[in-house]
Amino acid sequence: MKARKILEILDAKQVFVQDEDMLDKDYEYCFATDLMSDALALIKNHNESLVFITGLCNPQAFRTAMMLDVDFVVFVRDKHTDETLIEAAKDLGFNFFKSPKTMFDACVCLGNEGIKGLDIN
Amino acid sequence: MILTKEYNVKKNDFVNAGKVSVEVKRLLKETGISPSTIRRIGIACYEAEINMIIHSLGGDITFNVEDDGKVTLSFDDVGPGIPDIERALVEGFSTASMEAKEMGFGAGMGLPNIKRVSDEFSISSSSEGTHLLIGFVEQ
Repeated sequence: MKARKILEILDAKQVFVQDEDMLDKDYEYCFATDLMSDALALIKNHNESLVFITGLCNPQAFRTAMMLDVDFVVFVRDKHTDETLIEAAKDLGFNFFKSPKTMFDACVCLGNEGIKGLDIN
Repeated sequence: MILTKEYNVKKNDFVNAGKVSVEVKRLLKETGISPSTIRRIGIACYEAEINMIIHSLGGDITFNVEDDGKVTLSFDDVGPGIPDIERALVEGFSTASMEAKEMGFGAGMGLPNIKRVSDEFSISSSSEGTHLLIGFVEQ
């Protein structure tokens, strides 16, 4: 599914967009957590086609995604986003999106449209 | 040695947490090492850097890329040490502060995850400091 379709499903806003081409890239999987350690331990495959959903609204989310070669991060629960976060996105080359949905609702909406979860075993 | 770098990390410097790992990953992308190996190195470096910031009084990270492509990272802090390394290697065991947990860390996955992704792993600790050495080769 194209990134722009995923953003539409999540009612997500673009806070900062660096690379418009990314909106036409396909994504197939989703992993959602506020624990960066869990993301680092459990995202072991499909990294390039994975949407990372988190409510952890700080630069660690982008740094974690960078370490994992994940390039699509959506912040949920419509958290306040400050300049520090935008600077981190710019520095690391991320586009920056946020959705008003809860983490649960975001996952349900994507699951209903065919986005898959990761097999972590 | 193709490349060697040293970085200093300060206790509780949550604002800059992860910046060393970002630079290490950027440097590695210029070496010709495969993306899957670079990913493993990035994950381990990031976890160890965060551990140093959360748990230690500060210390140094040394990053080496050898002629044969082997990558080593050493993390040497100045204390207070890990009282029980065996316990620290158990998934889910954590002594992290609330501040660390608010940053998304302190779930007790750090050391086990570093060990899982690295090809060489050695750790020693006393009240004077913890020394972690990890190595990576292409798989």
